[in-house]
Amino acid sequence: MTLELFLQHMVNGISLGSLYALIAIGYTMVYGILRLINFAHGDLIMIAAYIAFYSVAIFSIPWYLSFIIAVLFTMALGIMIERSAYKPLRSSPRITVLISAIGVSFLLQNLGIVIFGGRPKPFQVPELFSKVYEIAGVNIVSITFFIPIITIVLLLGLIYLINKTKVGMAMRAVAKDYDTSSLMGIDVNKIISTTFGVGSGLAAVGGVMWSMKFPQLIPFMGVIPGLKCFIAAVVGGIGNITGAVIGGFLLGLGEILLVAFLPELSGYRDAFAFILLILILLLKPTGIMGEKIAEKV
Amino acid sequence: MSKKVITSLILILITITLLIIAQNNLDSFSLRILNLCGIYVIFAVSMNLINGFTGQLALGHAGFIAVGAYSYSLLVMDPQLKEMNFFLKPLIAPLNTVHWPFLPALILAGLMAALAGFLVGAPALRLRGDYLAIATLGFGEIIRIIFTNTQSITNGSLGLKGIPAPDKFLFFSMKNSLMWWVWIAAIITVIFHFLLIDSSYGRAFKAIREDEKAAQAMGIALFKHKVMAMVISSFFAGIGGALLASLIGTIDPLMFRFLLTFNILLIVVVGGMGSISGSIISAISITILMEVLRALDQGFMGLPALPGLRMVVFALLLMSVVLFYPKGLMGNEELSWNKLMNLLKKPLLLKEVKK
Repeated sequence: MTLELFLQHMVNGISLGSLYALIAIGYTMVYGILRLINFAHGDLIMIAAYIAFYSVAIFSIPWYLSFIIAVLFTMALGIMIERSAYKPLRSSPRITVLISAIGVSFLLQNLGIVIFGGRPKPFQVPELFSKVYEIAGVNIVSITFFIPIITIVLLLGLIYLINKTKVGMAMRAVAKDYDTSSLMGIDVNKIISTTFGVGSGLAAVGGVMWSMKFPQLIPFMGVIPGLKCFIAAVVGGIGNITGAVIGGFLLGLGEILLVAFLPELSGYRDAFAFILLILILLLKPTGIMGEKIAEKV
Repeated sequence: MSKKVITSLILILITITLLIIAQNNLDSFSLRILNLCGIYVIFAVSMNLINGFTGQLALGHAGFIAVGAYSYSLLVMDPQLKEMNFFLKPLIAPLNTVHWPFLPALILAGLMAALAGFLVGAPALRLRGDYLAIATLGFGEIIRIIFTNTQSITNGSLGLKGIPAPDKFLFFSMKNSLMWWVWIAAIITVIFHFLLIDSSYGRAFKAIREDEKAAQAMGIALFKHKVMAMVISSFFAGIGGALLASLIGTIDPLMFRFLLTFNILLIVVVGGMGSISGSIISAISITILMEVLRALDQGFMGLPALPGLRMVVFALLLMSVVLFYPKGLMGNEELSWNKLMNLLKKPLLLKEVKK
C-alpha cells in the first residue's frame, strides 16, 4: 500500500469517525439522563436529511437556510417524541420504554415511506462541499474537511454548554440523580426536553452531513448510522461525551482500515461494529471511559 | 385425569376439528394465512419464553429463525435443485448431495438454531437490560451478514428458491400436509411451553424475571437458567423458521432483518409479556390483521394507495399498547375456564345484589 493511499484512507476514516462521534453524542446525552436507548435517534438523521432535501428541491430555499430549518425542525421533533412517547412511561420498567422507543423508530421509518416515498432520492450537495482538492497526491472532497471541523466546533460548544452554563449544570445534576435534582428545584422536565432538543439537533447536523457524504436518501437510511453510532457510544462508555467521541473515531477508522487492509472482508464491514460492540461489552461492559456503577440491592 | 388435562384435550380436539373444517372449506390464500398464523404462534410463544418469562430482552430472534430456515432448506432441497440455485459458486461438499426427508430436517433445523442460541447466549447473557438488547440485536445482524457473505453455503444475497413443502403428514398423503405439520408443531410448542412454565425450571425463569438478586440468593443458577431459556427459545424459533421456509418456498437474507424481530416483539407485547395464551391470541389476530390491512397499502374507501401505511398503523398500534395498556391483552395471566366463568358470573352477581 502506497503512502498516498494510506493517507487517503486515514482522511476518510477521520471524516467518517467524526460523523459517528457527532451522532453518538446525542445518544450518550439522552442515555446519560434517562437511561434510555433512543432508538429513534437514527431516524431523526433521516428526517433531517429529507427536510434539507425538500426545502432545497421544492421550496428552493438557499442551502444554508434549508440546513438551519432542518436542524430546528428535527430539534422540535425530538422534543415532541420525548413528550409523547417517553414522558408518560417515566415510571414504567425500562423494557417498556425501550419497546416504545423501537415503536417510535418504526413509526418514523414507515411515515418516511408514506410521505417521502420508498424510491431513493439524490441529495443536491452544494458546490462548496463537493469540490475536489488534490493535496500531495491525495484526492479529497471538501466535505471531508468540513465534517471534522464542524464536529469540533459543535463539540466545543457542547462542552461549554454542559460545563459552564446553568442549564448544563442542571443536566449534569439530573444525570447524576434524577429524584434529588428535582428536590433541589430543578425543572426536570424542562432539562430533559432541552437534552432531547440538543441531542436531536446534533443528530440533524449529522444527518445533513451524512447525506452530503453519501448523497442518496431512503427512509431506512438512518438505521445503520443509528445502530453504529449507538455502538460507538457504548464502546466509549455510554453517558460519557468524551467516550462517545473516542468510540466514534475508533469505529470510523476501524471500519475504513478494515476494508483498506483486508478487502476480501469488505462484505463484513457492517458486522465490524457489532463485533467491536460485543468484544467491548464482554471485556469492559461499561465502555472505555465508563465508570463502574455499584448495583444497589 | 385432572380438570386441566381434560380442558387441554378438549381445546386440542377443537383446534383439530377447526383445522379439518378449514382444510375442506378455505381457498389456498386463506390456508396460507392460516399456516402463517401457526408459524407466528411458534415464533411468539418461543420469544415470550426469553423476553416475557425470563425477563431478558433478547432481540436476536430473526437470526435464529434464519439459521433454522437455512438449515432446513439446505437439507431438504434435492441435489439437482441445489445445482440450479448455486450457479455463481457451487455448494460445498457434504451439503450438495444430502437430501433428507422433512421431519429429520425440521428437527435438525431446530437443533442448529439452538446451537446458534447457545453460541449467542453464552457470551451475551452475561449482560443485562439495554446492553443485552443491543448485543443480541447485533448478533442477529451478524448472523444475517454472515449469511449474505458465505456464497458457497447460503448462496448469499441470491437466496434459495424452490424449497419443497412436505407432501406427506407422517405416513399419510394429504392435500395440505404442510398445514398439519405447522399446526401440530404449534400445538406441541404451546404444550411444551405450558409444561415448562409450570415446572421448577419455569418457576426459576419467573424468579429471575421478578428479581435477579433475590433469585440468586434463593440458589437459582442465573446464568445456567438464562442460557437454557435462550437455547429452548431459539430451538423453537428454528423450527418456526424451517416451517416458514417451506411455506414461502424462497428465502434470502433480507427476510431476516430486525423488522421480523420487531413484528414478533409486537405480537408478544400486545398479547402480554409472560402469557402464553396472550401470545397465541395476538399472534393469530395480528397475522390476520396484517393481511387484512394490506388494503391500506392499496388504497380503499376513497383513500389513495399509500404503500407503507400498513406498517404505520402497526407502529401506532404498538405505541398505543405500550403507552395506554402496557400489560398487553393478558398481562402475565393465562386464559382459563375459571376466569372466563368468573367474568360471566360477575354481571349476574351484581344484578342479584342490586335486587
